[in-house]
Amino acid sequence: MEKNRISKVDLIFENDGTLVNTVLDKVKKMNPDDIIMEMIDSGLKGRGGAGFPTGLKWKFTKAENSYDKYVVCNADEGEPGTFKDREILDRVPEKVFTGMAVAGYAIGARKGYMYLRAEYNFLLKGLIKKVEEFNKLLKDKGFDFNIEIRSGAGAYICGEESALFESIEGKRGEPRNKPPYPTVAGLFNKPTSINNVETLVYATVIMKYGAEKFKEMGTKDSRGSKVFSISGDTPNAGIYELELGMTVAAFVDEFGDGDTKAVQVGGASGICVPRKKFNDMIIGYEGVPTGGSMMLFNSSRSMYNVLKDYLEFFAEESCGQCTPCRVGCQQLLRGIEAVKKGEKDPSYLETLKKLAQTMKISAKCGLGQSVANPFISIVDNFREEIIY
Amino acid sequence: MTDVNLIINEQIEKYGRERQALMPILQKIVADKNYITEDELALVAEALDLSAADVYGTATFYTFLDVVPRGKYVIRVCKTISCHMSGKDEIIKTLEKTLGIKLGETTPDRKFTLLQANCMGWCHKGPVMLINDEVYPELTPEKAIAIVQEYIAK
Repeated sequence: MEKNRISKVDLIFENDGTLVNTVLDKVKKMNPDDIIMEMIDSGLKGRGGAGFPTGLKWKFTKAENSYDKYVVCNADEGEPGTFKDREILDRVPEKVFTGMAVAGYAIGARKGYMYLRAEYNFLLKGLIKKVEEFNKLLKDKGFDFNIEIRSGAGAYICGEESALFESIEGKRGEPRNKPPYPTVAGLFNKPTSINNVETLVYATVIMKYGAEKFKEMGTKDSRGSKVFSISGDTPNAGIYELELGMTVAAFVDEFGDGDTKAVQVGGASGICVPRKKFNDMIIGYEGVPTGGSMMLFNSSRSMYNVLKDYLEFFAEESCGQCTPCRVGCQQLLRGIEAVKKGEKDPSYLETLKKLAQTMKISAKCGLGQSVANPFISIVDNFREEIIY
Repeated sequence: MTDVNLIINEQIEKYGRERQALMPILQKIVADKNYITEDELALVAEALDLSAADVYGTATFYTFLDVVPRGKYVIRVCKTISCHMSGKDEIIKTLEKTLGIKLGETTPDRKFTLLQANCMGWCHKGPVMLINDEVYPELTPEKAIAIVQEYIAK
C-alpha cells in the first residue's frame, strides 16, 4: 500500500451476476474448517468499527457444542456519518445474504437474522422479497439455512451486539455484561456469530477470490479494503471503497475542499484528527480505525458546535442502564456549555477529561466507553474553540 | 379495539406466543394506528403473558414506538451533525410555518406530527427527513414545502 495516496477498489459493488451461485456452489464442496481457515488467513476484521477478526469469531462459534446456533447480520447502522450499509443493502443485498449463508455453513447454524434499523424501513419490502427468493435458492442448493429480517425501532444502542440480541428477543435494547461473549451465549443465549453488513459481503468476496487477493491489499494490521462514507465539507461526499492504510493527509488531498482543518474518523464515537496530524495518522487499526464514517470540517466550522452536537447525540442515545454513561454524557455536555458561557474556569476541561477517561474504563458497553474519543481529541486539539 | 386484537393474533401466529413477538406487534400497531395507547399496551401484555409495566418499559425505550398521540404522517427531521451543517434548522422553521405547529407538536386535525431524530444515514445528502417510512434527502425549504403540500392534499 502506497500510504501517500488513496487507491480506489471495486469489490463490494462489483457487478457480477454469477457471484451468488459461484460462491454457494464452491462453499458447499468445502469443509467448514477450511472456510474458517480461509477467513482467518485473509485477515478480515469486522467492518462495523470494532475490528474483531471475522475468521476467529466464526471459529469460536463453530467450536461451541450446541444444536441451535445463529448468524446475525447487524444492519443497525447508526453511527453519525455512516451510510455505507444502507447503500450495500440497497444495491447488493444478495451478497450480504450469501455471506450469511457462508457463515451459517461454516459455524453450523441453521438460522440467520438480519436486524435492520427502522430508519431504513423503506428498504424492508424489497429486502423481504429478495430474502424469500434467496431462502428458496438455498433450499434448492441443499443448504439447511434460512434468513429472517427483524426491524429495529430507532435506538442507536441496538447496534451494540448484545443490545441487538435483547431487541430481537423483545426487550429493551440494553447491553449485557460480557463475558459471556456472543460466540458462547448470544441471541436466545445460543452461540452466535454477529457480523456487520459490509463484513459479510467481504466474506462473500473472499470466498470468490480467495484470501490471497484480499491480503495483497492494505497493511499488516489492516488487510484489504473498506467502504467509506464521506460527508461534511467536501465537494465529493458519498460512498467510496478504498484500500486501507492511507494517511489522513492522502485522504484529505482527494476529498478535502482545500481548507480542511479536521477530520472526524469513525463517526461521533471516533477520533478527531486535526490538520497538524494529517501526515502522521494512518487510517486503519494501527492508526485511527473507522467503521467507515469520515467527516470533514473546514475552517468555517466551530469545533465547539461539533463536540456539542456529538455529546447531545450520546446523551440522548445512552440507554441509561449504567451510571458512568447515563450521568457522564450529560455532565460532559453541561460542562462544555458552562465553560463556553464562562460559568466555569477553562481548567474545568481537565476535570471533564478525567470524567471521560473514567467512562472509558467503567461504562458497560462501547457507547459510554467511546465518548472519550471525540471528547478528548477535540478538547485537546481545539481547546481555544471550546473556551472562547 | 378489535383491530389491535387482530394485529396481536396475526403476529403471534407468525412469531409464536413468545416475548420475541413483542417488537413485531408493537411495530405493526404503530404502522397501522400511528401510536400505541395505554389500553392497547395492556392488551398486548395480556396476550403475551407479560406485565403491563414490562411492555410499557419496552415500548418507551424505542423512539419509533410512539406511546403518545401522533399524526397520520410523522415527520422526522434529522438533527445530527451533517444535517445540522447543511441547514436542518431552516428546514424545521419552514415546516413549522407550513404546518402551523412547533417542533414536537401534532396538528389539530391529527394529520401531521413534527419531530427531530438522530442520524438516519444520509449524511452525504442532508438535510433529510422521514415522513413515516419514506425518505426525502437533499432538502431545501422550497422542496420541503412542496413535499408537505403533497401530503396535505392526500
